[in-house]
Amino acid sequence: MSILITPETRVLVQGITGESAGRHAKLSLDYGTQIVAGVTPGKGGQFFEHGDKKVPIFNTVAEAAKATGATVSAIFVPPPFAADAILECVDAGLDLAVAITEGIPIRDMVRVKRAMAGAKTRLVGPNCPGLVCPGSGKDSHGGCRIGIAPGYINKKGHVGVVSRSGTLTYEAVYQLTVKGIGQSTTVGIGGDPVNGTSHLDVIKMFAADPDTWGFIMIGEIGGNAEAEAARWIKANCKKPVAGFIAGATAPAGRRMGHAGAIVGGAEDTAAAKIKVFQECGIEVAATPSDMADALIRAAKKMGVKLA
Amino acid sequence: MNIHEFQAKALFEKFGIAVPKGVPAKSASEFAAAVKTLGDGPCVVKAQIHAGGRGKGTFTDGFKGGVKLTKTPAEAIEVAQRMLGNTLVTVQTGPAGRKVNTVYFTAAVSIKKEYYLAILLDRGSSRPVIIASTEGGVEIEKVAKETPEKITKVFVDPAVGLQSFQTRQVAFGLGFKGDEFKAACKLVESLYRCWWELDCSMVEINPLISTDDGRVMALDAKVGFDDNSLFRHPEVVALRDLGEEDPKEVEASKFNLSYIALDGNIACLVNGAGLAMSTMDIIKHFGGNPANFLDVGGSASKDQVAAAFKIILSDKNVKGILVNIFGGIMDCNVIATGIVAAAKETSLSMPLVVRLEGNNAAAGKQTLAASGLKLTTATSMADAAEKIVKLVS
Repeated sequence: MSILITPETRVLVQGITGESAGRHAKLSLDYGTQIVAGVTPGKGGQFFEHGDKKVPIFNTVAEAAKATGATVSAIFVPPPFAADAILECVDAGLDLAVAITEGIPIRDMVRVKRAMAGAKTRLVGPNCPGLVCPGSGKDSHGGCRIGIAPGYINKKGHVGVVSRSGTLTYEAVYQLTVKGIGQSTTVGIGGDPVNGTSHLDVIKMFAADPDTWGFIMIGEIGGNAEAEAARWIKANCKKPVAGFIAGATAPAGRRMGHAGAIVGGAEDTAAAKIKVFQECGIEVAATPSDMADALIRAAKKMGVKLA
Repeated sequence: MNIHEFQAKALFEKFGIAVPKGVPAKSASEFAAAVKTLGDGPCVVKAQIHAGGRGKGTFTDGFKGGVKLTKTPAEAIEVAQRMLGNTLVTVQTGPAGRKVNTVYFTAAVSIKKEYYLAILLDRGSSRPVIIASTEGGVEIEKVAKETPEKITKVFVDPAVGLQSFQTRQVAFGLGFKGDEFKAACKLVESLYRCWWELDCSMVEINPLISTDDGRVMALDAKVGFDDNSLFRHPEVVALRDLGEEDPKEVEASKFNLSYIALDGNIACLVNGAGLAMSTMDIIKHFGGNPANFLDVGGSASKDQVAAAFKIILSDKNVKGILVNIFGGIMDCNVIATGIVAAAKETSLSMPLVVRLEGNNAAAGKQTLAASGLKLTTATSMADAAEKIVKLVS
């Protein structure tokens, strides 16, 4: 098993007629993902074609979900319209909305988050690479790839990865795969200060998933979500955990690429978060090159297998 | 995006927030007329830079204080002349300081008591939070640590907006009574409206003051905006002062590159914000000093790589370059081709270490090897960082 998605998950793509969305929809189809519908208002009735595959396009998310059984949406629509796209998923009663879009105004996300309180739909992102649940074919083919992450670097297995950063996720996954350690699910929660799913939300799922035997938590400066997750791990999680925090050398008050990566006070520095990780028994990777090795060390200490 | 105090106060006035009367001036020839509008009494002369700690700052020529109370118009003009064109160093500017291109004259007011008031995003609750303190004119972090009971925090539900009972909570929390209480409530409401309608990331009034004649006003003003929202606020974009930003950062933004200048000597060129941050970290880990943060994004073109190279080379402190690319989807060979073209175009002579991994990495490595350039390849981030640190030391 895995968390949030499985290779059978049926996925629709909002904004599928856009350039980036189309490119990634094709890559997901090549990976073997069940991309079953596209949504672009005004283009209902057309098809998104890739090789011998014809994906129907609908005007609304509700129509697409009803006609195809899609339960998850990958959102690629531009920032001014992204909040609306997320809320359309909520209205259609989808299980999961994955917002890839970078640059959504924070005020829009504040309203969306409030509107989603108590809703059935879970949001991952925005400003995130999405999720991958590796398949059992060559280069993990046959898996579910939602978003923009490379599928081929994954390998089906039992390690979870959660991160705010796309490329650091790929770095961790690649290190694991090279060492012969596969992944259950990788989740990019995104680099924005207001997001739908937190580190803590994901690690609770990893902790409860019998098929995830250990996990890597990758964070960065800004906010206290990593510390919150670490404290929960200390109190509740018996699985090996490795952690890494980016931004030790970032100057205070500057936004480091991600909207949420900014040091505001003493509590959200890399040093403060690493200290909490250590206090909570999380094996800290000294450098990004050490992420997979850190998890191997943690597993060895606990006598747990990772593969 | 940040703006100057005089711009922030002009916005405040539009939202009905009282501020002391003030006039900005960008050249010495405007000083006399500016001061005249404030009358013959004492006035405050304030250097306008995008950094805090101005009052306690020192100019590079030894002149002390970026905020000065003056007794006469003549003295105000004299002080302004010392400030304009001078470079002010504060705890927030770093040792290089910031050049003062605008001076702001404001009428002096008799302060009865100082307070602190700010609105920002609370990340934990994903809601706006109003923070008020009876201790004005001091750093809020210090108050939070030493006397947290003096701070009132009110979280606003974005579904319904700021409620009257909440503005009362803030005003009572600050100890206001009578007419001052009413004025404070109105000011809090106006400030929230400003924060919400203009997509601010932060508004801070430190100090907020009550005056001897019963008014409540913003003596200082600091306003920052959410960069993601600027597309819907042309009136805010018009306030941007490029002179306050590093020219390299301005140039980078034209190419959609995310660049931040630092003070080390190893430049880095990376794809992805998290990877870019941790590339800086790993350089430090192996004893080096990063010269910049640079994220070329997930789909960098050859042109962007070339532009990135020129920007990092325009930093005179740079002694070596580390390129760290994990091409998940982006083609590593495109990056390699861009690196070779840029290195040749700029006649690169300093050490260059390249780590390429991911999509089409083998072809990319081949392009680098066949280029005839003197560069060092690396197998991992750690390997790359160790190599560049050794090469520049």
